[in-house]
Amino acid sequence: MIDSLNRRLERRLEERTGQKVRDCYQCKKCSAGCPVAFAMDLAPHEVMKMVQYGQERRLLQCSTIWLCASCETCSTRCPNDIDIAGVMDGLRAMALESGERIAEREVVQFHRSFLNGIKYTGKTNEPVLIGQYKALSRRLFDDLGLGAVMLLKRKIKVVPRMVKDRAAVRRIFDRTGKGEGR
Amino acid sequence: MTFSYYPGCSQTGSAEEYGDSTLAVCRALGIDLEELPDWSCCGASSAHMTNDLLSVSLPGRSLAMARKAGLDMVVVCAACYSRMKIAQRRILADEELARRVEDAVGEDPRYAGEIRHLLDVLVNDVGFPEIKRWLRRELGGLKAVPYYGCLLVRPPEVCFCDSVENPTDLDRFLEMLGVEVRPWSFKTDCCGGSLSLSRTDVVEKMVNKLFVRAEEAGANCIVTACPMCTANLEMRQKPGTFSFEVLHRTPVLYFTELLGMAMGLEGAERWLKSHLISPLPLLKELDITV
Repeated sequence: MIDSLNRRLERRLEERTGQKVRDCYQCKKCSAGCPVAFAMDLAPHEVMKMVQYGQERRLLQCSTIWLCASCETCSTRCPNDIDIAGVMDGLRAMALESGERIAEREVVQFHRSFLNGIKYTGKTNEPVLIGQYKALSRRLFDDLGLGAVMLLKRKIKVVPRMVKDRAAVRRIFDRTGKGEGR
Repeated sequence: MTFSYYPGCSQTGSAEEYGDSTLAVCRALGIDLEELPDWSCCGASSAHMTNDLLSVSLPGRSLAMARKAGLDMVVVCAACYSRMKIAQRRILADEELARRVEDAVGEDPRYAGEIRHLLDVLVNDVGFPEIKRWLRRELGGLKAVPYYGCLLVRPPEVCFCDSVENPTDLDRFLEMLGVEVRPWSFKTDCCGGSLSLSRTDVVEKMVNKLFVRAEEAGANCIVTACPMCTANLEMRQKPGTFSFEVLHRTPVLYFTELLGMAMGLEGAERWLKSHLISPLPLLKELDITV
């Protein structure tokens, strides 16, 4: 049973994101305005409450932190100026570092594919991104028809665009630590 | 008017029509855009959702180039605009962070110039009276819902729009072009772009809602200033496996394309042809020539 406050998680999140989740008084505006709430396992105001109660494992394993689209509607409307989308970013990074089971593996595979593409070419190239994501997620047969239409409409370029100074981009990934966004 | 220009990846790839129409209208209006040499990707949603320092350092590399160029900078992708502005704000406000970014980038990222979205420059610097002098074609019959999406308006501390809940910048721009603007309540609703490939099932619901609401509002087109929104709206109307069925025929257009069409610029037909939902049948029906 959850019956007491536990400030440890809340303090760690504040160090990471600068956000004071203790200020949340459960007005629930964040959940009422969230465009993705229909697909979430925890509503945003529940995430805030569980941070106050230090429910770390449940939060790091939930779907909500990955389904949050970072539209920032909640952050804009919060009467206590909590950047809730920023808190979600903090929880996502903590989940990746913790090694806990990730609820939305494909969302993480997408981010990993996206960042890997930048790491090696310096730019986002649609065919590189889609190819990597399909290989990682094994969703090989999704969007085949759409892919054909996009090739026809020249929306997918066959030759990838690259920065000239790729070493400089690699250096950014090396020095910011988590090279593949893990 | 001379700016540094950060094109962003989409504008040379899946949203080439946005990049091309941007260059064409700026050239015609006398706005000089000097592309940053060897710019790189801003990292978009995937960086800030997984690695905070990376999400500031990736834009930091391009900000360092902008600092060297010494000009204000124009961005057209709403996502690049947001990442650039947020990174700039944080680097200038937090010297410890600035030093860490400088270490990662290898150059000084403390760029203090203004980062502007092209819509902001057109509405607030060039101004409607000046733009109107260049209009050559009527766009009568087009009924648009302006779709701002998220990153043009949020967070309001970094964005230019006149209101975070009910912005009117794009509305007024379209009215100036002679387009009928239909009122709707979904101007700033999220399309779910960052989940488009990974949770397609969720995104289809978000996208279809926007089309249904646009049609209910009496619109025959949706106008955006973001390549992520446009790609997502055009792609995610229907489950994608093996098929590409289109539920809604409402075209999604960039504000720069409409401006280019109204100015009678060459190339407009090429831009319009590259859309997944072709706007050409609608334009033919309305007798609008490009």
